[in-house]
Amino acid sequence: MSFLTIDRVTKVYPTANGPATILDGIDLSVNEGEFICLIGHSGCGKSTLLNMVSGFNTPTSGTVTLQGNQIIEPGPDRMMVFQNYCLLPWLTAYDNVYLAVDSVYPAHTEAQKKAIVREHLEMVGLTESASKKPGQLSGGMKQRVAIARALAIKPQVLILDEPFGALDAITKEELQDELLTIWTEHKVTVLMITHDIDEALYLADRLVMMTNGPAAKIGEVLDIPFDRPRDREEIMASNTYIELRNYALDFLFNRYAHLDD
Amino acid sequence: MATSTSKLIIKQRRQGNSNTWIQSQLKKIVPPLAALAVLLVIWQILCPPGSQGLPGPIQIVQGAWDPFIINPFFDNGGNSKGLAIQIWASLQRVFVGFFFSIVVGVGLGILIGSNKVIYRALDPLFQILRTIPPLAWLPLSLAALKDNGAAAYFVIFITAVWPILINTTVGVQQIPQDYVNVKRVLKLSNKTYFFKILIPSALPYIFTGLRIGIGLSWLAIIAAEMLIGGVGIGFFIWDSYNNANLDRIIVALFYVGVVGYLLDLLVLFIGSKIVAEDRK
Ligand SMILES: Nc1ncnc2c1ncn2[C@@H]1O[C@H](COP(=O)(O)OP(=O)(O)OP(=O)(O)O)[C@@H](O)[C@H]1O
Ligand SMILES: [Mg+2]
Repeated sequence: MSFLTIDRVTKVYPTANGPATILDGIDLSVNEGEFICLIGHSGCGKSTLLNMVSGFNTPTSGTVTLQGNQIIEPGPDRMMVFQNYCLLPWLTAYDNVYLAVDSVYPAHTEAQKKAIVREHLEMVGLTESASKKPGQLSGGMKQRVAIARALAIKPQVLILDEPFGALDAITKEELQDELLTIWTEHKVTVLMITHDIDEALYLADRLVMMTNGPAAKIGEVLDIPFDRPRDREEIMASNTYIELRNYALDFLFNRYAHLDD
Repeated sequence: MATSTSKLIIKQRRQGNSNTWIQSQLKKIVPPLAALAVLLVIWQILCPPGSQGLPGPIQIVQGAWDPFIINPFFDNGGNSKGLAIQIWASLQRVFVGFFFSIVVGVGLGILIGSNKVIYRALDPLFQILRTIPPLAWLPLSLAALKDNGAAAYFVIFITAVWPILINTTVGVQQIPQDYVNVKRVLKLSNKTYFFKILIPSALPYIFTGLRIGIGLSWLAIIAAEMLIGGVGIGFFIWDSYNNANLDRIIVALFYVGVVGYLLDLLVLFIGSKIVAEDRK
């Protein structure tokens, strides 16, 4: 039995025109410590799928199990990094992280909790902005706070829904590197939705490519064989990279071309 | 380096701007003062000394000068007190009644806003109750409470509580799903959720309710005091009317207007401090 198992999951929403099948029989097994990226056209059901791992959504049929336990509700063992950060605007960066730590480690002493918060803010390079509120932080800094908050509570699975979609290219690369460093250190299992094939190829162990909705399935799963730690330039120059990239592009834009595109 | 020079530039700009700041303030103050002066002149022309009916501004100032304009704090016992004392008596009633409407309005509003069943059950009732004019409550509260002072507090309370309650309810219902998701994934305790998410998120709505509530309270207390008597600006106006003293009425109306405006500003100021401080 693998660490995280998505077993014959379907999702049907009742709509005005009768039931709409969004996901139709999704099977996926994820090993502990794996880095999985999920790619697919807009609206195919990526968020829906990961929300069933985080517990914000429930499958119409099928099950999602983490270490043998069926997932039925959200919990800090499957922490989300939301696309729109979901920080509380009236709390400082420090207090946003502290809120999570305080809630998840009620038995820790004050000093221990403070140390955890500081350690994780430092990890994402935000020590100096710790006392700023989200309104005073840039998009990249907010996403760093969200990542610090997610990792500070040591989740078993870290779920990221297009975490870097709204960021400029440079900030995006910085955060990708930070995420990789953190992933290596924490050995956390990562599920991440992205629209960026290069990002997926740089980060993931496996790339899950979904077919178009309605009734989306997992079309193919690509193994990304590059050794770690990865060097961006080096892998991008390799033939394997170009092959994988073309393969994924062909999947998305020829075999499962979006009608609107 | 870069930051220190940019700070310097900002400082210089501020100094350079201090004259323009005064100018912009003047632009705000001068027009209303000019308008006021024009209106007073027109009023004076329409109501010259010796004419019947409404006195002109000069007659009012002459008639009410001693003691009502120059000595707001005189106290000859009974109801014969300066306007500041009268106003203060009214304000005290408002503060007591308003305090209870904050406690009840915010408390019930949170309860109703967080529970759909209670909301569906009570909302129609509140929508009806809130349209009852404040003074319509007065006979009932006088009869039930058998005490003028308590009846006045009750009228203030029942007037201000609806906007506070209804706005708080909406504020709690409008808490963004994002924040609720944070609560759910972190499994925040109810206490933490209440203080760290619910209250800060609903605060702007609560303050909107408070601002409407304090305005309505001030409207209600003046009218209520006319009926219940005693020290207070409302009864002072009624008493002056019975003595056919229009000068005093008009001076008192001026006070009522200014105090109502200041109350509004006060709530607005506290609200902007607390809410803006939060979201900076
Ligand atoms: N509550 C709902 N009721 C009906 N349909 C829904 C509901 N929630 C989502 N859907 C539909 O499910 C489909 C998948 O949505 P989802 O958000 O998972 O897509 P996505 O792959 O994450 O897209 P994007 O890349 O744009 O974020 C969409 O077509 C959407 O309209
Ligand atoms: Mg999505």
